[in-house]
Amino acid sequence: MSFAAHLINGISLGSVYALIALGYTMVYGIAKMLNFAHGDVIMIGGYAVFVGVSNLGMNPLAAIVVSMAVCTVLGVTIERVAYRPLRGASPLAVLITAIGVSYLLQNIALLVFGSDTKAFTNVVTLPNLELFDGQLVIKSVTIVTVIVSVIIMIGLTLFVKKTKIGRAMTAVSEDKGAAQLMGINVNGTIAVTFAIGSSLAAIAGVLLCSAYPSLTPYTGSMPGIKAFVAAVFGGIGSIPGAFIGGILLGVIENLSKAYISSQLSDAIVFSILIIVLLVKPTGLLGRQIQEKV
Amino acid sequence: MALLETKNLGISFGGLRAVNAFDISVEKGQLYGLIGPNGAGKTTIFNLLTGVYRPDEGAILLDGVNLTGKKTIEICKAGIARTFQNIRLFGDLSVLDNVKAGLHNHYPYSTFEGVFRLPRYFKTEREMNGKARELLNVFGLEEYADYKARNLPYGQQRKLEIARAMATEPKLLLLDEPAAGMNPNETKELMDTIRFVRDHFDMTILLIEHDMKLVSGICEKLTVLNFGEVLAQGDTQEVLNNPEVITAYLGE
Repeated sequence: MSFAAHLINGISLGSVYALIALGYTMVYGIAKMLNFAHGDVIMIGGYAVFVGVSNLGMNPLAAIVVSMAVCTVLGVTIERVAYRPLRGASPLAVLITAIGVSYLLQNIALLVFGSDTKAFTNVVTLPNLELFDGQLVIKSVTIVTVIVSVIIMIGLTLFVKKTKIGRAMTAVSEDKGAAQLMGINVNGTIAVTFAIGSSLAAIAGVLLCSAYPSLTPYTGSMPGIKAFVAAVFGGIGSIPGAFIGGILLGVIENLSKAYISSQLSDAIVFSILIIVLLVKPTGLLGRQIQEKV
Repeated sequence: MALLETKNLGISFGGLRAVNAFDISVEKGQLYGLIGPNGAGKTTIFNLLTGVYRPDEGAILLDGVNLTGKKTIEICKAGIARTFQNIRLFGDLSVLDNVKAGLHNHYPYSTFEGVFRLPRYFKTEREMNGKARELLNVFGLEEYADYKARNLPYGQQRKLEIARAMATEPKLLLLDEPAAGMNPNETKELMDTIRFVRDHFDMTILLIEHDMKLVSGICEKLTVLNFGEVLAQGDTQEVLNNPEVITAYLGE
């Protein structure tokens, strides 16, 4: 039974990575930039729920909605202030700015909330699922996380493939100039991408903090980096790829913690990134780019 | 009054005078050609007309409305659409979705309605599908509707670019070297398509082209550009027989 338990824990962790990776991959797929501040938006989302529930006594669901609104505004603001002026600049400049924004958010959180760990209250109050006479307990937060991330993955795929704004996103990602000449508002489309990515970050933040109930200004940073690994693993830019990459990464991390070494688990995770990049540079579901010569 | 009028249009890139004192007047329903040797400034003029570049001086009037210095999107909404010298379709989108991308501004529903799939989303998407299929039909592309645009044969990609441009419901269609890279048969088919677009949609078309057979075959009026300046302007046959034009093209 212990293998099953480790596997389930891995899937639970993996769905959180998947949720974060969806945000990464969406922004990368459309705006062609790595938003390294994404993990820290998650942290802010977590604090928003924490303040809502613990300090203001809000209903957890209402707090989640507020947190999504906060993160959406934050994401759009970051895009407007930090990234939009750099449109057309070298990708390296944008990447460094993103890292700067990430530290800025961490330090703002440090200033406002202090460095002490906040005990986050699990917002998922459903009973746990017990199988085989209680030999295998699946936490309700695990179930909710998995279901939510599957729904969001499917929803996002449908949104990008089937709606007008999704079409505009694909058009912008392929050719900003041509999109503009067809009457598509490029800046607006990218802003919507950030809004959606950031509201997903809020949901990821809540689920992350519910599963691992401690909140510090650095909470988002490591999961953020691992989710980035997951997105690359699955093929960055691909929505199902981010999901599969996230789940696999969570499972690998948990199984190596259980059976190899808990200290080496991060090393194993990052080694996998390197191996995947060596063998299949575009990731599991990434598109092979063949240039016609 | 002319549909498109430019007055004294000019732009420099550093020390290079790319376009100088460019005047053109295109009447509604006309098929107008813009020709000239490589580097004469033809595509620069298209980029000026569509707001990709801002002119240093001069004015652009469409249907009497001043479009000088307007943004690309505003110019698209005002009614100028274009195709590109090197095809710039959205290769990963389906053929149908490419046309629907062109319809973007004509069928409004909010992102919110799209995310939560409210009734208006379905209704609008249905209308868009209908309109897009109608356009594909007109261009004989309906059988390819579900293909990825990048997988279309070359000649069909050119047609799809025109269909996508027509989806923006323009008053003026700019075609940048539509026959580039085409074999004589494809060029002939393209001439029919261009003529058809003009007649069927009552469209005004300004095109850049090097293929003299196409130019003399369908253009009613010509402007010849050389080193950024107008060398000759007028009825096609007249212009093509102009000794100065022949010199510019063939050398002394």
